[in-house]
Amino acid sequence: MAKELLKGNVAFAEAALRNGLEAYFGYPITPQSEALEHLSGRMIEEGRVFLQAESEVAAINMVYGAASSGVRTMTSTSGPGLALMAEGLSYIAGSEVPAVVVNIMRGGPGLGNIQPSQADYFFMTKTAGHGDFHPIVLAPSSVQEIIDMVGLAFDLADKYRTLVLIAGDGSIGQMMESAELPPMQPLRPEPDRPDWAIVGAEGRAPNLITSLYLGAQNLEAVNLRLQAKLQEIRENEVRYQEYEVEDAELLLVAYGTVGRICTTVVREARKAGKKVGLLRPQTLWPFPDARLAELGARVRGVLVAEMSAGQMLEDVERAIARQAPVRFHGRMGGVVPMVDEILADLDKLDEETR
Amino acid sequence: MSVAVNIPENMDLIYKYPDALTEVSTHYCPGCVHGIVHRMVGEVIDELGIRGQTIGVAPVGCAVLAYKYFDVDFVEAAHGRALAMATGIKRVNPDKVVFTYQGDGDLAAIGTAETVHAANRGEFLTTIFINNAIYGMTGGQMAPTTLPGMVTTSSPTGRDCAVAGYPIQMSEILAQTAGAAYVTREMALDMPSIVKTKKAIKRAFQCQIAGLGFACVEVLATCPTNWNQDPWASLEWAKESMTEHFPLGTFKMTDAVKALKWRD
Ligand SMILES: Cc1ncc(C[n+]2csc(CCOP(=O)(O)OP(=O)(O)O)c2C)c(N)n1
Ligand code: SF4
Repeated sequence: MAKELLKGNVAFAEAALRNGLEAYFGYPITPQSEALEHLSGRMIEEGRVFLQAESEVAAINMVYGAASSGVRTMTSTSGPGLALMAEGLSYIAGSEVPAVVVNIMRGGPGLGNIQPSQADYFFMTKTAGHGDFHPIVLAPSSVQEIIDMVGLAFDLADKYRTLVLIAGDGSIGQMMESAELPPMQPLRPEPDRPDWAIVGAEGRAPNLITSLYLGAQNLEAVNLRLQAKLQEIRENEVRYQEYEVEDAELLLVAYGTVGRICTTVVREARKAGKKVGLLRPQTLWPFPDARLAELGARVRGVLVAEMSAGQMLEDVERAIARQAPVRFHGRMGGVVPMVDEILADLDKLDEETR
Repeated sequence: MSVAVNIPENMDLIYKYPDALTEVSTHYCPGCVHGIVHRMVGEVIDELGIRGQTIGVAPVGCAVLAYKYFDVDFVEAAHGRALAMATGIKRVNPDKVVFTYQGDGDLAAIGTAETVHAANRGEFLTTIFINNAIYGMTGGQMAPTTLPGMVTTSSPTGRDCAVAGYPIQMSEILAQTAGAAYVTREMALDMPSIVKTKKAIKRAFQCQIAGLGFACVEVLATCPTNWNQDPWASLEWAKESMTEHFPLGTFKMTDAVKALKWRD
């Protein structure tokens, strides 16, 4: 398949369809709406389910229903919509059905604006809903990567019967760049739906999809099982990309669009003779704690850059565990940090730790 | 709790647990109408021969455990979201029969948007809506359907409509949507009304099977526990007081649904 010029939102939507997406439910919100618009045509063309819901509350519960039937299903949204989905996200996690939700982050809080942001990090990695759970959170930094991560998201969701969120941001959703779409995968035929799915109990005992477990002991047992699964995910699914870290004395940590900007920062810093490296988490949950701990023991200082007031920062500080000073460069409200600003903070860190 | 029954050879078994129900005792209070409506739904599923093709959606409310009592595939939805979840299920299982079973808090307060829009889209779904004018499960608070002046744990001096609004008439509202094919308000408060309600439930399932549109059967019911009435008195009170604010009747029946009655 050849490369094409693709907009991020259209690219991940088409990639989802080609990865066997059987049902999409969504509600328009900028900067994500092109995904919904693309699928409104393409899903119907392919004879699949597309439905514009009356709200994000309804959309996520439709996803919950379709996921309970064992089909590949997803929705996509941005912060205000994700907030409305919190209820459904928790039910999906509690009843262990596989589902994928793409969040193309915009500035907040409140209605905020429609510029790129990373201020939903806490929400997605730590508090996506009530109760004890974490979704897997994937963080793409380019149109190609969001395409690839949609496929990965469905595979992980199916493998672990879990919720997978994709943490995009407004610039990844809106930008156009050349990327390659995956080949078309066939849909899972109905008889191959998982044996736990609710499809009618003909010839077997009834299946039940629920997150209700009366009795403290029962629910604790379920929680212990969920935690064991999360532990397995922590052990097996951490993903990150490193850039020039081998001899790095200063370490940048950034994800998504800021991660991509930071590759330029590293190049510029290297030109100026500074030994700077970058670790770009591709999974925000599970977080690359172990690798950061290793690097923390080796480097003089760490600089975290984010489009937020410092959310991933807390996870980096936890992982580095005071082995090196951790400093922060953050922009908010939809402001995308410039290479020079980050370089300036790197210089300060260099001075401070020399 | 299955009871072994020996039937003499010269007699036929004419009354038994429907196959679509599990033989367990329910958690409903003595005198509660939920059990009666469960039985009617179970009988209809049996009569239509759709047990293996049926998927139920339980609400949050006293019927939250409905899945224990039906011998069919079930999901347990979030409070008020049954019809959104049912929409997701039906859209990916268009050949299956999907029903929701919801209380008035679930369907007519927190889930009003999901309910109206599922009806308006004409989802091929069947909704059994139990209107007992109160929040049963949480201990008897005021519901959107609570009658004017009715005392509940959150309207201790009686529902003041100037403050709390009026009993909401969902069947009348749903009948306004173009996607609804069959909307009726029945009651399950005495034998004749139970017989009639069962016919309505059957029609509502047939409506879905025939792909005619959204169908909802509202059933006026009692909650003796939270009404602080004995079961018998509660039935009488419901017949007198509830029907005044919730008139019985069929608010929508398309011609195609009308034609269904001959297929009984
Ligand atoms: C989001 C949310 N809010 C509140 C509750 C608490 N709650 C459980 S059942 C219920 C009311 C149920 O009343 P109704 O739907 O009338 O059913 P009934 O119990 O009378 O059969 C409420 C408010 C909840 N479970 N979830
Ligand atoms: S509380 Fe009311 S609605 Fe609930 S089971 Fe008891 S009588 Fe029935």
